[in-house]
Amino acid sequence: MTKWLERQVPKMVLAPTFAAILLFVYGFIGWTAWVSLTKSKLMPRYEIEGFQQYTKLFDTPRWDTAMNNLFIFGALFIVISMVLGLLLAIFLDQKIRTEGVIRTIYLYPMALSMIVTGTAWKWILNPGLGVQAMVQGWGFETFTFDWLINPDYAIYTIVLAGVWQSSGFVMALFLAGLRSVDGEIIKAAQVDGIPTPRIYTAIIIPSMAPIFLSAFIVLSHLAIKSFDLVIALTGGGPGYATDLPATYMYAMAFSRGNIGQAASSAMIMMAVVFAIVVPYLYSELRAKHD
Amino acid sequence: MTDATIQTARSPRKTSSRTGRIVLRTLLYVFLIAFALFYLMPLFVMLTTSLKSLDEIRTGSLIALPRDITFEAWKTAWSGACSGIRCEGLRPYLLNSLMIAIPGVALSTLFGAMNGYVFAQWKFRGANLLFSLLLFGCFIPFQVVLLPMARVLGILNMAGTIPGLIFVHTVYGLGFTTLFFRNYYVTIPMELVRAAKIDGAGFFRIFWSIFLPLSLPIIVVTVIWQFTQIWNDFLFGVSFSQAGTQPVTVALNNIVNSTTGVKEYNVDMAAAILAALPTLLVYVVAGKYFIRGLTAGSVKG
Repeated sequence: MTKWLERQVPKMVLAPTFAAILLFVYGFIGWTAWVSLTKSKLMPRYEIEGFQQYTKLFDTPRWDTAMNNLFIFGALFIVISMVLGLLLAIFLDQKIRTEGVIRTIYLYPMALSMIVTGTAWKWILNPGLGVQAMVQGWGFETFTFDWLINPDYAIYTIVLAGVWQSSGFVMALFLAGLRSVDGEIIKAAQVDGIPTPRIYTAIIIPSMAPIFLSAFIVLSHLAIKSFDLVIALTGGGPGYATDLPATYMYAMAFSRGNIGQAASSAMIMMAVVFAIVVPYLYSELRAKHD
Repeated sequence: MTDATIQTARSPRKTSSRTGRIVLRTLLYVFLIAFALFYLMPLFVMLTTSLKSLDEIRTGSLIALPRDITFEAWKTAWSGACSGIRCEGLRPYLLNSLMIAIPGVALSTLFGAMNGYVFAQWKFRGANLLFSLLLFGCFIPFQVVLLPMARVLGILNMAGTIPGLIFVHTVYGLGFTTLFFRNYYVTIPMELVRAAKIDGAGFFRIFWSIFLPLSLPIIVVTVIWQFTQIWNDFLFGVSFSQAGTQPVTVALNNIVNSTTGVKEYNVDMAAAILAALPTLLVYVVAGKYFIRGLTAGSVKG
């Protein structure tokens, strides 16, 4: 009896976590999926009505803007962060004497809350007293830099702040990758007289493919979940110009009292995340079992 | 080195390649320093703005140093700025964030350690599936759980309370904390556990006297990760709090976006720095562990 109990201990230790995950992750996803198929408004209703919420969602111009913004912001944010991160990592890898200090400076934004980042950039970019006013004060009276209040450009301010926050982290990932490349191969290439840029493009960067992949996963995940940054920097405005799916969902859930729309937009967000993450996780888990 | 100098002195071709190298190195440093300035600039602007008077902000340049340093804005941000209708500054909300973060970090780390220990050393049938379920849970966008969680917190009478937020952060932190500990504990040889079992030690005894003493680095990584996550959280904070229980990120956003009265940019900046200080401090003191958590959280397996 005690032997049997002894063997059950590990399972009992896991039980609370297992129950919590089952209920609060998978059960809740199920609840949201269910409600997204109903006519819920201010209060959730549980009679399944079909895919009306989704049809309505895709007919809503505001959601259209939000999805467009997600693709613009996501693509730019990911590409710029990766390119910048890789460049900074390669340059930092050239036996720089003050590497430690520079690395610390590049990475510190990652420790900040997106709300702090948004607040800082909102102040820097505000046309009245920020960068625009500063450059005008230098004598360039016609200089304009009003992206923050310009509906066509406001989304790029979010890209700017996002890249500022996350590129240092990508740099750290790549730097760790560069350091783990087999030194012998590089030395051999140097002995053969292959120029340094070529060593990078032909040997080192291709061997870092897994790091590109995980950087991509993390960044796309950050992009889809971006909520705080938009709230703090533009509040989704001007108008709805910088709405993202996350802010749309929040507005529907907590200020518009439209639970059906909130649930269906949340489900679309999850679909986007899973389209990117599931193949990755699947391959990772399989690789480990082999 | 001396050989090289002698040689370069003789051959002009070598000299030019050497100047070329010096030029390249200089460009390299210019590039790296330019970006260091790019990353530092917002912090610098925040700090100088917070030390200026409103008059000086309106008349001076964004990046100018303050002419007369004043701590008025800091005082207001600390105990007088209005978030919503309450004008108590950021102090009560900093306290809220602490009261959420400390138990949240402790609980999720504790559970993570025990779970990771089981997943790494006490595998049973179905453990792999369970671990995969947990991993997928790390990646869901939290929007998908916001609505049902709001209802459940309501049912449990924890809506808008600090215990409610502790609960939410603990539950959704479990995935990462378990992952951290599991990946750390798999590197400890199985033989150790087997030998201890033969000696008659049980599950908890082995954890307590073998694993826990080895765990300091991973505990530090996990605590820092969770603390940063919880402290910087905004989505849960804004969804599940009410006036009086808001965490500092929500209060900061309210202060900055309050529409009443004159916009006090210096107070906004002081408040932003106050809200950022704890995590910045952690980063400065324990940067190595902070980075390790970030990379462990992204490079799975």
